[in-house]
Amino acid sequence: MKIEILGMGCPRCQKTAANAEQAVKELGAKAEIVKVEKIDKIMKYGVMMIPALVVDGEVKCAGKIPAVDEIKNWLK
Amino acid sequence: MEIKLLQGGVSALLDYLSAHVLSCLVPAFFIAGAISVFVSQAAVLKYFGAQARKWLSYSVASVSGTILAVCSCTVLPLFGGIYKRGAGIGPAVAFLYSGPAINVLAIVYTARLLGYDLGVARFIGAVAFSIVIGLIMATIYRREEREKVAQTLAMPGVADSKSGWKLIIYFVLLVSILIFGASKQWIITGILIVILILILRLWFVREEIMEWLSATGRFAKQIFPLLLIGVFISGILKVVIPESIVSNWVGGNSIRSNFIASIFGALMYFSTLTEVPIIKAFMELGMGKGPALALLLAGPALSLPNMLVIRSIMGNKKTLIYILLVVIMATFTGLVFGTIVS
Repeated sequence: MKIEILGMGCPRCQKTAANAEQAVKELGAKAEIVKVEKIDKIMKYGVMMIPALVVDGEVKCAGKIPAVDEIKNWLK
Repeated sequence: MEIKLLQGGVSALLDYLSAHVLSCLVPAFFIAGAISVFVSQAAVLKYFGAQARKWLSYSVASVSGTILAVCSCTVLPLFGGIYKRGAGIGPAVAFLYSGPAINVLAIVYTARLLGYDLGVARFIGAVAFSIVIGLIMATIYRREEREKVAQTLAMPGVADSKSGWKLIIYFVLLVSILIFGASKQWIITGILIVILILILRLWFVREEIMEWLSATGRFAKQIFPLLLIGVFISGILKVVIPESIVSNWVGGNSIRSNFIASIFGALMYFSTLTEVPIIKAFMELGMGKGPALALLLAGPALSLPNMLVIRSIMGNKKTLIYILLVVIMATFTGLVFGTIVS
């Protein structure tokens, strides 16, 4: 499973990444977490608001910090 | 010499962080937190679609800075989306400029520290500016815009939002607390705070209040340390930079001083709010009010690092024209303002 965190380094994006790591740890899931920080790559996903979270190429959430539980739901 | 620098920094900190300045920043952080949690970004975004009526896109873009952004990482992807897949270059540029230029914290702090005239002028200048710059860019590139295929924006789902009038009352309360607190009308402020607490218990669930408080805390944690650094630097500047240089380059209200102030603002990076104490230091060293406004209008919106990001979205030529327009309009607006107030 590939989790991509779209963000440009500000605290909200970092919190999203932290929540994702937490969710992966709690599920014991086998997932790779990648941070996408360049604006041109971020825009390719068609999102306009960051932070955004993408699971296996599908945008799950954009513009807010997803909670650990929400992320766990998407990973199941 | 080092002692003098330290003293300069510390005394600036003590001055600017006095209770009366904080009494306006603290409520403003709560307001910023409330906006980021309760104002549906998706609802605002529908004004930026390719199908949206243009005058609506421009008007919303010019004030959306207050609503949508306190952080540049919110502005840039939105700008990119509006430009590439939404209403086009005009509203996108208007939004790009207004985002950093009129965030609620900055306007409040400007009015407090630099005077209500500069606060109001900054707000009006930024709103008017963003529309004008957007329109100019749209006109220059109108042929290219027509040929662009309008695609639908990937709109995030609209979440359950709070009922309109409850939200309005809530925001009016927050803003009133800010205004009365900043004017030191403590009794009225106290009454308003009590009403606020009542409203929170009646209309808001615990999760919402917690989200609001943590958003507020995040803004404060993100912005406050940088603000302290900015204030400290402004104190050092006052010790280090001779008055003669400041009044020579940016004193009075000539085209030259406004222009120099604009260019300096365009190149220089200011993190949110730090432009205010630094400009205050310059004003105490002899910078004129016109050039101060020029700096306020060019400073937050542009910086070398952010020019590079804009460039990766819009390309070299459009970015250069945008920068030129900002500098020219900042110079002009500063000049006009300086003339009015003297």
